[in-house]
Order: sequence, then structure tokens, then C-alpha cells
Amino acid sequence: MAKMTYREAVRDAMREAMRADPRVFLMGEDVGKYGGAFAVSHGLLEEFGPTRIRDTPLSESTFVGAGIGAALGGMRPIVEVMTINFSLLALDQIVNNAATLRHMSGGQFGVPLLVRMATGGGRQLAAQHSHSLEGWYAHIPGIKVVTPATVADARGLLLAALKQADPVMMFEHATLYPLEGESEDGTIMEIGRAALRRRGKDVSLIAYGGALGKTERAAAQLAQLGIDAEVIDLRSLRPLDTEMILASVTRTHRAVIVEEAWKTGGFAAEVCARIMEGAFDALDAPVARVCGAEVPMPYAQALEQAALPQPESIVKAVQGLF
Amino acid sequence: MSIHKTAAACVNGREHGLSLLRQMLLIRRFEEKSAEIYSAGKIRGFLHLYIGEEAIAVGAMQALSAGDAVVATYREHGQALARGVPAGRIMAEMYGKANGCSRGRGGSMHLFDAERRFFGGYAIVAGGLPIAVGLALADKLQGRLTVTACFFGEGAVAEGEFHESLNLAALWRLPLLFLCENNLYAMGTALARSESQTDIHLKAQSYNIAAEAVDGMDVLAVESAAQRAAAQVRRGDGPYFLELRTYRYRAHSMSDPELYRSKEEVAQWRGRDPLALFEAYLRGRNMLDDADMKTLEADAANDVEWAVAEAERGGWEPVADLERDVYGSVAA
Repeated sequence: MAKMTYREAVRDAMREAMRADPRVFLMGEDVGKYGGAFAVSHGLLEEFGPTRIRDTPLSESTFVGAGIGAALGGMRPIVEVMTINFSLLALDQIVNNAATLRHMSGGQFGVPLLVRMATGGGRQLAAQHSHSLEGWYAHIPGIKVVTPATVADARGLLLAALKQADPVMMFEHATLYPLEGESEDGTIMEIGRAALRRRGKDVSLIAYGGALGKTERAAAQLAQLGIDAEVIDLRSLRPLDTEMILASVTRTHRAVIVEEAWKTGGFAAEVCARIMEGAFDALDAPVARVCGAEVPMPYAQALEQAALPQPESIVKAVQGLF
Repeated sequence: MSIHKTAAACVNGREHGLSLLRQMLLIRRFEEKSAEIYSAGKIRGFLHLYIGEEAIAVGAMQALSAGDAVVATYREHGQALARGVPAGRIMAEMYGKANGCSRGRGGSMHLFDAERRFFGGYAIVAGGLPIAVGLALADKLQGRLTVTACFFGEGAVAEGEFHESLNLAALWRLPLLFLCENNLYAMGTALARSESQTDIHLKAQSYNIAAEAVDGMDVLAVESAAQRAAAQVRRGDGPYFLELRTYRYRAHSMSDPELYRSKEEVAQWRGRDPLALFEAYLRGRNMLDDADMKTLEADAANDVEWAVAEAERGGWEPVADLERDVYGSVAA
């Protein structure tokens, strides 16, 4: 156990993986000399050199595609796509190539590739730098989607991702990088297991990534109000731990799903549908969602905060179920 | 046209000449049979025929060895055959059978063969180029003296991934052989109607990549250019770019009424048919006679007949296996 930040946990996990496996290398925009746009890869160029810490041109589609090709060619690439907003430029490679190659080739080829990026809003970066589109990626069979919300998961899920035979996309909420916590050493996590962050008997609050902290704060406020909330951190959107969700809702009989993404067609809708399909009879109230407002993210602080889920809006949604 | 002027290439012996002609003939007859079977409804989906362009796949493949990698497009039957993917497995794939080279999951546009390092047909234009960059990067990082051959059409030149890939391959001096099959039409859009600069190899040169234009109807010209290019790539001198000028005789796919070009233009290019040109070349050097030609035709017909028989004989993938091969097992 070591105390560190989320940023350091991601960096340490990459360092550990590169020390252990010569096939692992990192490439992306400004990962080398600059040290990473979020300083995640700071110091790695000095340790591993420019062959394994590769600065790329601003060519998202091609360096993600090159990651796919390098994985086909026997490497274990980590591709950093600075932020999810820029990953839209690489959608073709991710959706049409990374996700399909194993199936399309009749099982002959796999793509053991890790694509990492920052996601989410809350930093007054306005409409083009605040997206939460990880739910889009979770729509796609053939890839796995992880969303670490804690320091321990940042490390554990990254190392687990590099053990996969298939492409994994890891979404790091940008507001989490300075978060401090304990990082467990030596644990290899299983991708697809949610975590029970707080036990409770009255309602299941289901969140992931950047929404987890706010959801935990909401649970603390609810406790003051006499409502005992359970908090589930999904950790992985694909595969999704439906079993834990259903077991929790079956105990609490109420569910609220929290995510930063827009409500329409968002991942919360998928979780809601799974609950309807698997635990309908256990419900004492309709499943509720607390999501991002249906607006391109505004710049002004008060507007942006109003567009994002907050502990208060989560508390209000929970109160509406009783 | 500013085709690179080099001394006319010569065939390396009669056996080799017959082998080149045999391979081109197999592709031509295989494609003709595919069209026929498509019309009969046994091949469905999209079918893009390679007829007219055979000299490129056959010529270029002569420069590759077993350890090299091939990345192709959705018009890739010719490359797959020239690379040695068994004709029966390709035909079975187009039938959608379990004995197809992609287990019926890919069809005509997605042929794969791991054993022959045939990394597939990619059906999004220019989508294979970044993959080829990555394969070449993996070779370079692992110290392998191999070549990744990346085939694509001139339509890909308009895509951003073309420019990104050329830049990255040149910047990182990757062992990559770009093979641009310029058949003058991106579906129905003529090159001159879509590009401000139609001399495509000049675009490659602007990225500091050694590049030349080659007569893609002349199998010997393609072969010699590919060998020269591959040798340079193998030396670690970075990527090489060949613009292979050719023509597609058939429609873009089976549902194309060909409103965009004249019958005269097609006829003119048919006058430079790569098979006829090479047949005449071999006859002119007394390397081929009527009896040889008869044998070659019989061999091609026989190979195609076997391929069809294999496809007909194959079984269907059970629907119970629908979701197999979406994910592999952990800890690969």
C-alpha cells in the first residue's frame, strides 16, 4: 500500500508494465518531452527513452490505427489520446478496426491494445473539451471499457487491461488526476467486476468514474436525512457487472443511476434497462437517472455546474423515490 | 503521365514467366467465376472484382517473402490469391461457409490468413493504412527485417489517414511499402474530379518518401519496381511508395451501372490488357506457345473448379456460434 495521486497511479502502472514486458510501449501526443498533457507520463521518457515513449504528430486516427497494427504485430501498445474529445477523430479505427478484427478474421487475429484518455467536464473548458462519451464506446462489442474512479483502480485496471487479448479503452476523468488515495500493489483486477463502495439498505446509487465522488457525498448527505444508500461503482461499462447491480437493487428496491453524460441514449439508460429486465419485481419505485443537462457544455462556471450531476441533485432524485 | 523511366524489365527465365502468367490467369478466371456465382445468388453482399489489375498483385507479391506482411482493401481477391491464400478458402469465404478463410465472418471484403501474414481486407477507404504503419512499427521495434506491403486505391489519397500515415511512416522511417493502385476512379469519381494534383507519387515525395509511378499493366515493370522498392525498405531506409497505374475493367461493384465512363475508354484500356501484354511478351521471346497457353488455361479452369467445389462442399457455421470470436481469452 502506498499513498499517491490518481495521476501517479496511472504512471506507476505504466512504468511497472514497461519494466516487466518489453512489448509494452506508450505513444500519443506530447507523452514524451512535454510529459503528457495531464503530466501522467512525466519522467517516463527519461527512464525508457524515445523508442518506447513515442511522441506522435496530431494524427489521432493514424496513431490509434498504428496501435492496432502494432498489437497485431506482437506488441502491447498503450496509446494515449489526450482526451475523449479528440478520440472522435479516431472513431473509425476504434469502431471499424479494433473492435471488429477478431470476429471479422474468424478468430485469427486479436488486438491487445490499451487506449487511454481523459474524459469528462467540470473544468470550464466549454463545449468541445468536456465530453463524456464513454457510453458510446461501451455500445461496441469487441472492445472493453473501464472507468477507474479511485487511485487503486487506476493502477489495477490499467494493469488488468494490459493482460487482455482485446482492445481496452480506459477513461480517466480529468478531475480525478490530483485525487489522493491508497494504491494496492500486486493486485491484478478482473475487468467486469463492479465495486460496492458503501453498503446501504434503502436505495442503490449506481455511478462510475468522475460521478462516483459526488455520489458518495450524496450518500453521506442522505444518511443525515435518514436514508441509507448503497453505492455501486461500475468500474467497467463493458463488460457490465449486471449481477452486482441486480443483487443490490433486489435488496434495496430502489435505484438511481448517476452519470455525467447526457441522459438521452446515455449509459444510464442501459443500466436502467438491465434493472427493468432483471429486477422489475423487486422495485418499489421507478428507476431514476441523474445525468448531464441536454446542452453543449457551457463555459461559465455556474452554468457548467448546473449542467453536471451534483450531490444535491442526486439527493433530490433519491428523495423523489420515497 | 510521368511514369518513371527505367530500362524495360526482363523476365527472369521461362519458368518464372509462366508462373507470373499462371497467377494472373488464375485471378482473372477466379474473378469471372465469382461474378457468375454472384449472379446465381450464391455470393451475396458486395463483390469488387480485380479484373484488369492483376499485374499489380502478382508483380508486387514477387518482392515479398513469407515473413512479410500484407494489408489490402475490399478489392483484395487478387492479393489474397497472389499471396497464396488457397482459392478454395477464398471462394468458401464468399459463400459464407465455415471453411472460408475468415470462417464466413468476413465475406469478399474481409479475407484474412494469419499463416500467410495476410492481415486482411479493409472496407473503409484508407482504413488499412494506419494498420500497416503499426505492423511496420512492430517489426521495427522487434528488430525484424521485414516489409509490410500496404495496398490501397487512389481514392484513399483524398482521405486524411493517407496523409497521416505517409507522414508517420516517413517520420519514423518505417519498413513500409505503399502500393497505390491508381485505377483512375474512386467508385464513380474520376481522379481529376477529386484531386488538385493527379500525379499521386508527387504527394508521397512531398513527405520525403522515395516514390515513383509505374505502368501497372506491365507485370514485369511492377515486379522490378516492387523488388527495387522492397530492397530499399528492407535495408532500413524507410518507406517506399509506388503509384501503379492501372484500370478496372468491371464495374466498381456488382450494382454499378457505370454512368461515369465511356465504353470507348474501357475498350482503350482493354487494349493494354496485362494478361494479353504479357502473353505477347512471352510468345515474342519464344517462351510460350499455343500448347503452353492451353495448359495454363486448363490449370486455371481446374483450380477455379476445385475452389468452387470446396466452397460448395463446406458447411455453414452453426448459428449457436454466432457470438464466438468477439473476445479472446484473458492473459494472452
